[in-house]
Amino acid sequence: MSLILGMIPMILMMVAPILICAIGGMISERSGVTNIALEGLLCFGGCSAAIAHKLFELAGVSHSLSIVVSLCIGSVIAGLISLIHAYTAIDLGADQTISGTGINLLANGATIFASQIFFKADRTKEFQMGMQTDRLGIYPTAYIAIAVVLLAWFVLYKLPYGMHLRACGEHPAAAESVGINVRRIRYQAVLVSGILGGLAGGCCVLTQTIQYTSNTINGKGFIALAAVSFGRWTPLGVTLASLLFGAAQAFSVIATNFGALRVLPSDFFNILPYVITLVALIFTSGKNYAPLDVGKPYTKGAS
Amino acid sequence: MQKSDRNQKDLALRLLESNGFISVLVVILGFLAGTILVLLVGRNPGNMYKAILQALSGYNMDNGKMNVRYVFETFNYAVPYILCGLSMGFAERVGLFNIGGEGQYIMGMTVAEVFALLGPQVPGLHWFACLVLATLAGALWGGVVGVLKAKYEVSEVVGTIMLNYTALYLSRIICLRLPGANTYKTANYPETATLFNSLFDKWTNHSMLNNGLFFMFFCVLLYWFVMEKTSLGYGMRATGFNREAARASGIPVTRSIALSMAIAGAFAGLAGGIVALGSFRYGRVISGMDNYGFDGIAVALVGNCHALGTMVAGYLFGLLKNAQPLMQSRNIPKEITFIIQGLIVVFIALRSGVVLIRQNLEKRRLAKEIASE
Amino acid sequence: MAETYAIEMNGITKTFPGIVANDHVTLDVRQGEVLALLGENGAGKSTLMSILFGAYSADAGTIRIYGEEVQIKNPNVATELGIGMVHQHFKLVHNYTVTQNIVLGMEPRNKFGLLDLESAEKRVRDLTGRYGLNVDCDAVIDDITVGQQQRVEILKVLYRNANIIIFDEPTAVLTPQEIDELMDIIRLLKNEGKTIVLITHKLKEIKAVADRCTVLRRGKVIGTVDVGKVTEEDLAEMMVGRAVKFELEKTPCKPGKVMLSVKDLEIHDSLGNKKVHDLSFDVREGEILGIAGVDGNGQSELLYGLTGLLPVQGGTITLDGRDITRMTIRERIECGLGHIPEDRQKHGIVQQFTISENGALKDYYKRYAGKMGVLDYHAMTENAASLIKQFDIRAGEGAQTPAGSLSGGNQQKVIVAREISLSPKVLLVAQPTRGLDVGAIEYIRRRLLDERDKGRAILLVSFELDEIMNLCDRIATISKGTLVGTYRAGEVSERDIGMMMAGSRKKEDA
Repeated sequence: MSLILGMIPMILMMVAPILICAIGGMISERSGVTNIALEGLLCFGGCSAAIAHKLFELAGVSHSLSIVVSLCIGSVIAGLISLIHAYTAIDLGADQTISGTGINLLANGATIFASQIFFKADRTKEFQMGMQTDRLGIYPTAYIAIAVVLLAWFVLYKLPYGMHLRACGEHPAAAESVGINVRRIRYQAVLVSGILGGLAGGCCVLTQTIQYTSNTINGKGFIALAAVSFGRWTPLGVTLASLLFGAAQAFSVIATNFGALRVLPSDFFNILPYVITLVALIFTSGKNYAPLDVGKPYTKGAS
Repeated sequence: MQKSDRNQKDLALRLLESNGFISVLVVILGFLAGTILVLLVGRNPGNMYKAILQALSGYNMDNGKMNVRYVFETFNYAVPYILCGLSMGFAERVGLFNIGGEGQYIMGMTVAEVFALLGPQVPGLHWFACLVLATLAGALWGGVVGVLKAKYEVSEVVGTIMLNYTALYLSRIICLRLPGANTYKTANYPETATLFNSLFDKWTNHSMLNNGLFFMFFCVLLYWFVMEKTSLGYGMRATGFNREAARASGIPVTRSIALSMAIAGAFAGLAGGIVALGSFRYGRVISGMDNYGFDGIAVALVGNCHALGTMVAGYLFGLLKNAQPLMQSRNIPKEITFIIQGLIVVFIALRSGVVLIRQNLEKRRLAKEIASE
Repeated sequence: MAETYAIEMNGITKTFPGIVANDHVTLDVRQGEVLALLGENGAGKSTLMSILFGAYSADAGTIRIYGEEVQIKNPNVATELGIGMVHQHFKLVHNYTVTQNIVLGMEPRNKFGLLDLESAEKRVRDLTGRYGLNVDCDAVIDDITVGQQQRVEILKVLYRNANIIIFDEPTAVLTPQEIDELMDIIRLLKNEGKTIVLITHKLKEIKAVADRCTVLRRGKVIGTVDVGKVTEEDLAEMMVGRAVKFELEKTPCKPGKVMLSVKDLEIHDSLGNKKVHDLSFDVREGEILGIAGVDGNGQSELLYGLTGLLPVQGGTITLDGRDITRMTIRERIECGLGHIPEDRQKHGIVQQFTISENGALKDYYKRYAGKMGVLDYHAMTENAASLIKQFDIRAGEGAQTPAGSLSGGNQQKVIVAREISLSPKVLLVAQPTRGLDVGAIEYIRRRLLDERDKGRAILLVSFELDEIMNLCDRIATISKGTLVGTYRAGEVSERDIGMMMAGSRKKEDA
């Protein structure tokens, strides 16, 4: 029992970045823009935060200030990158899968390139100290994630703005006809997904490791994408899906502590999120929970 | 005067409509942006181009030496890019987005490694059987998504992404159990399993170029023949352009979809097999992706999903890959090539902007004509 | 006292890539009147009203509302000016409730700026009570009928306090009864002092409610008339530009043996809703059987079931004595089933393919395939060239013209040419002339009659009663997924069919 309780901080640490990122993806998709660039956004955010934190450390900036500012820098960088996706998807009506793939590929190169420039190595230099846990052994990222979920739920369902945003994803022409600016809302939603993606990347690198390498993110963005779809595009669903997937990731690390689980290869738990999502997709086939207009470019005035 | 003005405009429009021209344009733009980035971080872009020249021709401008090995190393690197490009392209032509080339590649690689280490060591046949099995494994991995798409309307984008990482971890589970496996490699392959070609070795000054080259050429030819010439390809293209019309016309659309994903997977699986047995002497326990599958998306998009175009684009990517260490030794971070590749894909996404430009131009012309009436 | 105009549009010009939708259009609407805007499909009516509503901006021209010049940049400005639009394609969010849809964009908020759906619902109830527009405020749009959805659209406009209301082709999807109700609503709104613009191409509706009528043809204004002073024929002539021949020359029908026989058909749509039930009919050689009805009463599903696009849940389909109920689409085609589909862009052609490739869409694998499945593209092109000549298809680059660059009429001719050239035993024809110009309409109708005279069995499904009355030898009416009566042409009046469309049978038949 105590063993399971002891795992909770670990699970929360794994869940937090996935959840934050997935909520961003959910918001983007609810507004009607597919975002398979989540992986790349995590990379940009994670790498920027790692570089910033290390540089601040070297400059002797106080630790907690450095953490906060680094997270902000990661969010801003990823937010700016997401604007590329917004521009191609919204203004140019480009294939959203292609532009998302482009950003993912770009992230592979750009993050390590930056490390080369700053640290002359294919990874960032190790920082002395990442985020610190509280008395319960829980990282602040868990609380950030909870705040993000609550805020997203509040905005989407309690504010007129959220009603507008969801309408843009279902029937943009209807939204436009009642004076809602579809283009602006979609831009904002993609930007939010970028900022949250960057924040999640920073949270990941500052809790789970001590440096950014090409393997730091390793599919977490795609797990977030899976969580959006498995969670059926609702805040509660996405939260539960992220918990499940994050727990699976945690298990892959700590399975060796359990006698009974040791027979399973640790990679078995890494596979789980993907297989669960695939199976869920098969079982829910025919019923479509995705926003009706997601992935389709919208041109103003066309009915 | 006015007429020639319009002719010029028409020429510009026609160029913008030509897919080949757009491809060349995005590649140039990608390199341009890469060059600017190198300048911005205070390095000499000339070194980048020297490295590329060396990978292209074998000539080293810094010391004036020639080494033919580089030329053929580029070919070797191009093989998996081209095959993964064909993988993406084949699905694209049927209207599907195969983002799962990576997973199919990994499965091909894994199966080739398993059979290389455990299969019967029949000279001349062993490596061939490995590649066939790799191809089948890729076909299976792609075909599963194809069937799910055709039968249950599961999005192939999400489906293939899920299978990419499933393949990665499955490969680890399997390879960690192979003979002589430690955390990153297995035992060496038996002689009968490698794609080593002694003639190539002699002629190309010990480059890694191997028998995989023949398979690549065969696949390019097959792709072209099936897509452009046969009844099967016609049905698939019809499905890709307008699935509903194809179905209403009696074309077996679900079969086309499932089959095309399987064929797409086969190309990527073969690529995995060729890399596993051609470029390494031992099986690898991978901890991350090789990215050939993902880069294949870019290759196909640059090559407009046509056989020849994909081959040329794949060669370009192979060139960049081969130039990487040459850049690194010239103080250019090798990741600049990834950035160029990523930018090329982003620029391709911008292509649809060209349509908007064209519509705008035409609209303005019409408006002027009416106003002058 | 000078007359007050609610709307004055002056010299409006609007172009789209390839077409001039409005060419110096001038339109005046008096306060408190119902003005009909009449024109064929593509005459520029909807574009003009979209400009007034701020969905498009005009390239040139001015707009005055109540005498003041205004710039309507977006729908918000239009709403502020008191202009509302009831769209032809409803702009409703499918998974929102009626109330949510009505208030969307102008939601009541509480003092913290949060959504206040309770007071929203109260305001919506007030509105429905005041205008007698009954709808369930809590129902989700997916669950209510088309007629009710239209009421939600009207309520949306009223909620925004519109004084000028534009109705864009409001009756296209309604049953005759629902149309009558809508006419009452329009009269009620007029009595409340609203100014109304009714976009339509249906002459009866204009006679029923409009005060004046402005006619558009190919983007230009032809004229404005007082409805009371003209006949339907006058209006029709203005609309199409010449005296319309309402009837085609037809030889007497010589029906042969039964080619298509349908018994007790039941078909569900892709969501599992029963759309066709207990439906039976026969079509004989050399006759055209018409199926009249309002859109959405199971016509599409019936056609999908017959062609194999949807599975059949019950009953049998027999083609020339062979049971084809469970056959694949391709097998049915091979048995001799031809199909000119309702949605030609979706089911009929592949835009990116050339005319030549489109011509081979159904028989490429048999007619042109050689060794190893290699296709003979040369023969394909030759065949297409002969079809182009035979069917008078206007194409810039001959057989190599991409189908997507053809006009709608020529695309339809490509489909008709392909289907007829396959010499089917039974030809299913759905909405063959929708959205085409008069020349193409006449040509295609003529061609269908020729095929009938050659002994082809033809099933024609159309929402245009005129088309049915003109072409068919027997007429069946479909309502709520089943046939409510089949009559020989000439034994039944348009009025009777209208009654049956609404579900009531002719007396002697009941």
